[in-house]
Amino acid sequence: MREVTGRWTLRQAVAVTPGLLTLLVLFVLPLLELLRQSWSQPISRFGLETTLHADAIHYREALALAGPVLGRSVVMAALATGLCLLIGFPLAWWIVRYGGMWRPLLTGLVVTPLFLNALVRAIAWSSLLADRGPLLQLLQRSGLVPMLEVIGLLQDGRLLNTSAALLAGLTYCGLPFLVLPLVASLSTIPLELLEAAADLQAGPMRSFRLVILPLALPGLISGCLLTFIPALGDVVNAQVLGGPSDRMVGNLLQNLVLVQQRFNTGAALAMVLLLIALAALLLEGRAPRNGQL
Amino acid sequence: MGSDPPLLRQQAGLTPRLLTIWSVTTYGLLFSPALVIALFSFNAPSGRFNLLWQGFTLANWRHLLSDGGLSQAFLHSVLLAITAALLATLLALPIALVVHHRRPRGSGALELVMELPLGIPEVVLGVGLLLLFVRLNVARGWPSLLLAHTLLCLSYAALALKARLSGHDWSLEDAARDLGASPLQVMLRVTLPGLMPGLLAALLLSISLSLDDVLLTSFTAGSVVTFPLWVSGAMQRQISPQIHVLSTLVLILSLGALTIGTAMPAWRRRSELKTPAVHPANSASRS
Repeated sequence: MREVTGRWTLRQAVAVTPGLLTLLVLFVLPLLELLRQSWSQPISRFGLETTLHADAIHYREALALAGPVLGRSVVMAALATGLCLLIGFPLAWWIVRYGGMWRPLLTGLVVTPLFLNALVRAIAWSSLLADRGPLLQLLQRSGLVPMLEVIGLLQDGRLLNTSAALLAGLTYCGLPFLVLPLVASLSTIPLELLEAAADLQAGPMRSFRLVILPLALPGLISGCLLTFIPALGDVVNAQVLGGPSDRMVGNLLQNLVLVQQRFNTGAALAMVLLLIALAALLLEGRAPRNGQL
Repeated sequence: MGSDPPLLRQQAGLTPRLLTIWSVTTYGLLFSPALVIALFSFNAPSGRFNLLWQGFTLANWRHLLSDGGLSQAFLHSVLLAITAALLATLLALPIALVVHHRRPRGSGALELVMELPLGIPEVVLGVGLLLLFVRLNVARGWPSLLLAHTLLCLSYAALALKARLSGHDWSLEDAARDLGASPLQVMLRVTLPGLMPGLLAALLLSISLSLDDVLLTSFTAGSVVTFPLWVSGAMQRQISPQIHVLSTLVLILSLGALTIGTAMPAWRRRSELKTPAVHPANSASRS
């Protein structure tokens, strides 16, 4: 990374303007509009004119409506992030440590799931988990069904439309976003450092805790965030893979705005979701950086 | 890696093997939906939903475009994806160049701002965009779709360009300037060709993101039916195998582009290593 060199020339300022303007109009303005709508009241029952209203009525309404769903969404997103970490860390380490010259290709292949449309991906999972599908038949033949019912992987003999299926879908969609930054972070660890740790009689666990983990932390944290935030706002997985009681806050929001057209309540709920995401971002900003654990 | 020092190789017993098994299993898991989609594109479904395997047929591929509504929706999505990807890449390129080449004051903040949309749940952006479009009377349809998808692609295009530019060697530009090239000539004949892989990566990433998107589309599409909206409707009515066929085609194209883009440099490096005289520095430093 180059040093910051100081002054802007006119040409540079002109060059960055279109992009920044786009972001202003398409990113900042929508968020401001959400803020405004969440504090507005319609003047008449018909028509779109509204006035600002210093009453948190829409927020109260949104929280009353979405409270439990919101909590469950946060828990689900956090669980999915944890699972991604569990599955993704060893994979990222393997790619970096043993990938050799195929490292770019192996890293790229992690993105494969993203080449399928989110809905098509969900269709594929429903094929795999379907009631007469291959996975369930395999499980039925293996006689593990009663045990899986107990731990909640199966609900009433079904794999599809369960909380476990939703969690699997969220984990699957999040994995690429966790592995990519992690690979980038892990590739910066020089092999010599591990040699030094081994020279100093550090076992694998110790060198993992004292060398690898601190250096991988930036990628780890941004990866977790990139997994958590889309999972929190999930709509598709809950709709296709989850059961009727597994609706996420995204489904509720979509229904509020697109079906019921309750724009003010929807805006308030979106603001709440935005605040949760911002809190996660701030936590990331305050997390320990390189080397300080 | 053959060049591992002996100390590290000593512990290379059980752990790497377990790691390899774990990773290969995970890749299997990552690929399984893609394989299912590819497999079921050859299925001859008996009911309305192409979800259970019945029997092998080539008919779906032969009658690729027999589902007229689906083909049209797919065409809409492809057009939208290409346009939005081009727009986003064009918007992100000048910013990336300024930020990574000259680094004027505030470059870090500018970079952060470009990536900020990634930190916001898409459904929130979708609601915000819809409300804004309603307020400003932007027609819901192509205009709103294009705007939303450009935003969707912008941050990722910036990320892809950043990955490429942070490793860029600017001395070639200096040399061209020393040899009397005008700034425009430097840009067109040195900088842009050098950035081609990054630009292609940004474009491809943007296209696949736009094709993948369901949420922003559902909020901003109006009456335009794109591929995901068609699929979403089909899930209630009838999942025709052509959905699988078209998805498989996209998958093959993307995987092909990925393999060529990442494996080519590896092959080239390998052939360079066979003639070590060219790059003595390369053979001295371990990867």
